Amino acid sequence: MSAFDLFIQQLINGLVKGSLYAMIALGYTMVYGILGIINFAHGEVFMIGAMVAMTVSTLLLAMGLPTILALLIATLAAMLVCMFTSYSIERLAYRPLRHAPKLAPLITAIGMSFILQAVAMQIWGLEHFRFPDVLPSQRIQLFGSVGITMREIIIFIVSIVMMGGLFWLVNHTKLGRAMRATSENVNVASLMGINPNRVISATFMIGAALAAVAGILFATNYGGKVHFFMGFIPGMKAFIAAVLGGIGNIPGALVGGLVLGLVEAMGAGYISAEYEDVFAFVVLVCVLIFRPSGLLGQRVADRA
Amino acid sequence: MNKYLKQLNPKQSIFGLVICIALLAAMPFIAKELGGTTWVRIIDMALLYVMLALGLNIVVGFSGLLDLGYVAFYAVGAYMVALLSSSHLSDNFAFFAQHFPNGLHIPLWVIVPLGAGLAALAGIMLGTPILKLRGDYLALVTLGFGEIIRILMNNLGKDTFNLTNGPRGINRIDPVTVFGYSLDNTLTIGSVQLTKEFLYYYLFLALAIVTIIVCYRLQKSRLGRAWMALREDDIAAKAMGINVRNIKLLAFSLGATFGGVAGGMFAAFQGFISPESFSFLESINILAMVVLGGMGHIPGVILGAIILYTLPEFLRFTVEPFQRNVLGKIWVDTAIVRQFILGLSMVLIMLYRPKGLWPTPEREDKKDIVDVSVDKPASNPAA
Amino acid sequence: MSENNIMLSVKGVNKSFGGLKALSDVGLQVKKNTVYGLIGPNGAGKTTFFNVITGLYEPDAGEFILNGKAYEPTAVHEVAKAGIARTFQNIRLFGQMTAVENVMVGRHVRTKGGVLGSILGLKSVRAEEKAIRDRAMELLDYVGIGKYHDYVSRNLSYGHQRRLEIARALATDPKLLALDEPAAGMNATEKVELTQLLRKISNDGVTILIIEHDVKLVMGLCDEMTVLDYGKILAQGLPENVRKDPKVIEAYLGGGH
Repeated sequence: MSAFDLFIQQLINGLVKGSLYAMIALGYTMVYGILGIINFAHGEVFMIGAMVAMTVSTLLLAMGLPTILALLIATLAAMLVCMFTSYSIERLAYRPLRHAPKLAPLITAIGMSFILQAVAMQIWGLEHFRFPDVLPSQRIQLFGSVGITMREIIIFIVSIVMMGGLFWLVNHTKLGRAMRATSENVNVASLMGINPNRVISATFMIGAALAAVAGILFATNYGGKVHFFMGFIPGMKAFIAAVLGGIGNIPGALVGGLVLGLVEAMGAGYISAEYEDVFAFVVLVCVLIFRPSGLLGQRVADRA
Repeated sequence: MNKYLKQLNPKQSIFGLVICIALLAAMPFIAKELGGTTWVRIIDMALLYVMLALGLNIVVGFSGLLDLGYVAFYAVGAYMVALLSSSHLSDNFAFFAQHFPNGLHIPLWVIVPLGAGLAALAGIMLGTPILKLRGDYLALVTLGFGEIIRILMNNLGKDTFNLTNGPRGINRIDPVTVFGYSLDNTLTIGSVQLTKEFLYYYLFLALAIVTIIVCYRLQKSRLGRAWMALREDDIAAKAMGINVRNIKLLAFSLGATFGGVAGGMFAAFQGFISPESFSFLESINILAMVVLGGMGHIPGVILGAIILYTLPEFLRFTVEPFQRNVLGKIWVDTAIVRQFILGLSMVLIMLYRPKGLWPTPEREDKKDIVDVSVDKPASNPAA
Repeated sequence: MSENNIMLSVKGVNKSFGGLKALSDVGLQVKKNTVYGLIGPNGAGKTTFFNVITGLYEPDAGEFILNGKAYEPTAVHEVAKAGIARTFQNIRLFGQMTAVENVMVGRHVRTKGGVLGSILGLKSVRAEEKAIRDRAMELLDYVGIGKYHDYVSRNLSYGHQRRLEIARALATDPKLLALDEPAAGMNATEKVELTQLLRKISNDGVTILIIEHDVKLVMGLCDEMTVLDYGKILAQGLPENVRKDPKVIEAYLGGGH
């Protein structure tokens, strides 16, 4: 593969993966923007989305339903389960600790993530599953040895559309306005008649819905490695993407996701595929040292 | 401690001390009676975890720096011992094969300080880029560090450059030898047979006691107070002349040292290590011991370590028979039960007892809102 | 011009936050063994000034001389070492530590017990520890809260917490004690007691720089003062002169405050 070809191929790979990171990152960034905590369990929500969709679609396909229908129903089911899960996590593990020091919700978040993994282990076992082939996988050759699969195109489009939907929601609806107000200042927002608990719950559920879709798309495309622990690394990377873009900043999550995806793809292509996971952490350290507010975040003055 | 001791009746306290020593000395025998050799191994490992938890307590409990990747130092110590007292390096590198044809078997009393030193260095390496970070970001970077070490251990086992033997791990690691006597051998005193597990128990007990004494002394020292000041309010700490940067590095490196020593002991004890033992789950296990036990309170941390290590082992022996008897088969695997309970306890403790099971005792008086009196001005004590 | 009796000399301090100019060419001179007041309406820049001279904020410009030696307020702990100790507007105690432990932390900068010595339990280190504790208890008695020495500091009453913060600052053997609104939230009786304490501290040879809102308290206590408004010096000098300054009167009584 020529140098240029490699570059373009990795560019494509990076954007596809990056769009998935972006979708998951949105969940982290929205929660951090409103509550100031890292929703450690978000990666597990991603995992649950993939697992539920896999089970449902396998079942429906075995029953003979057409692929598209099976996929849509499975996606819907996954989204509902994830939204419920995320809602419950917030109610049980975060809400009671809203005024506690930040260490407490971090610990409960990690605890929740372990609980979810244990539950997944129990329901689905330890094996690594393959997601059923629901998306077309023909490879389209673009030029030279550079190509893109139909699946990847669909992933990218779906991601962009869903994120576009979120942006529309945040910027042009009443709920979106309420979300933005609450993330600026909870107290003032509630004085304006906004119920912060409702807004927070909605935020968690929206993030969960996105994570569910991301989980499904991820599972269909990346080696079909669906298992109880699949959420850990993508979850961390998505959070890093959120930090990279500017934590709390919604467009930042999109930018951060795409940039991280590109960095990983280029790193894997040019340096080493083995250490792919390490690039994300290198990015994190660099961001935190050189530009802690992220690419799109406000400059944070070094205040007392 | 002194005040507490002064209050005790001297006769009572010496008696109590003797009882404690006797109990600790007899523990492995009791364990063997109750559960066989397996249980002696379990209390051996529990002692190692006491060391680990106390080491992490310096970082998290004393200094308030949330470290989610502490297992990295455990790994560094373990691999250091594994490489320097086994044949791995000679098997894989011509240089070593030439100079050490039988493999490196450097005595432990050289390696352990080396391992501790390397771990301390790793602590400084981790600490330096994150000195300005707070809270969540600090935690995330430490997590990353732990993961990076695990990834390195896993990937540096290629045929071209086999440093760690990758996922296969390193085996045939030398046991600890005390004055030429290998602890793998059974020591017979009169009619008493002290097998390997017994001997390691006394060694680990000694190390644990040294760890406890060191941690206790650090807590009561100028540095300990500086760490706690940092934890409570880093700006006020700086305003009192504390070089926050330096004490953060000290916290990381000293904490790491305990991890490194424990790791080395682990490698020698087990005779075999692999990257599997050094996962994120391990870091959280150790963190849970500190947080659930009583962050910053040495007795609480020891309690947390013992409970969190032995309870899951205990479960293993009760959950399975219980399920077999009541349900007729194993419905939930023990590993799943363990992880579930670990997660659940983390959530429950934070919700209902956030200071841990055994936190630092505070003087029982309530807020002195009523008594706002001030003593009459004393004479001038200005130096 | 004799510089010998000047403890703190600050000239030409400028500090901006983004577009907002918080301090414009602010300077003052605090004579040794005096009490110097810094007053002004909310937002005038008083705490910002404190933060600049103690190294919490980096100034855009300024000259700083403490006890005849120039210093760069870049690192907070270095400033403490050089001899400025401060208290905070919002009381920053080490909440979970006891009162005496808080004051013992204040001794950190003047002692040197190291890691190794502490671990080994060396006699010299133990002796230093005892000296630290003794001095801390002395200071607690000095400010009048000796009997609360083993109370966890966040359980102390508000007034006691303020005194504790002062004791902790005194533990650093400061050349200059900088107090940020030590009387905030106190009732009349408490303010009288605080004024007595501050006078005692001053009489015992410590130079004090104090930010205060209570103009009466400040007028009665301070030897000299500066009035800030919108980051600029409105008036400087003896209290009776400052009080009569028309600009000051307008800022406090007329105008838009």
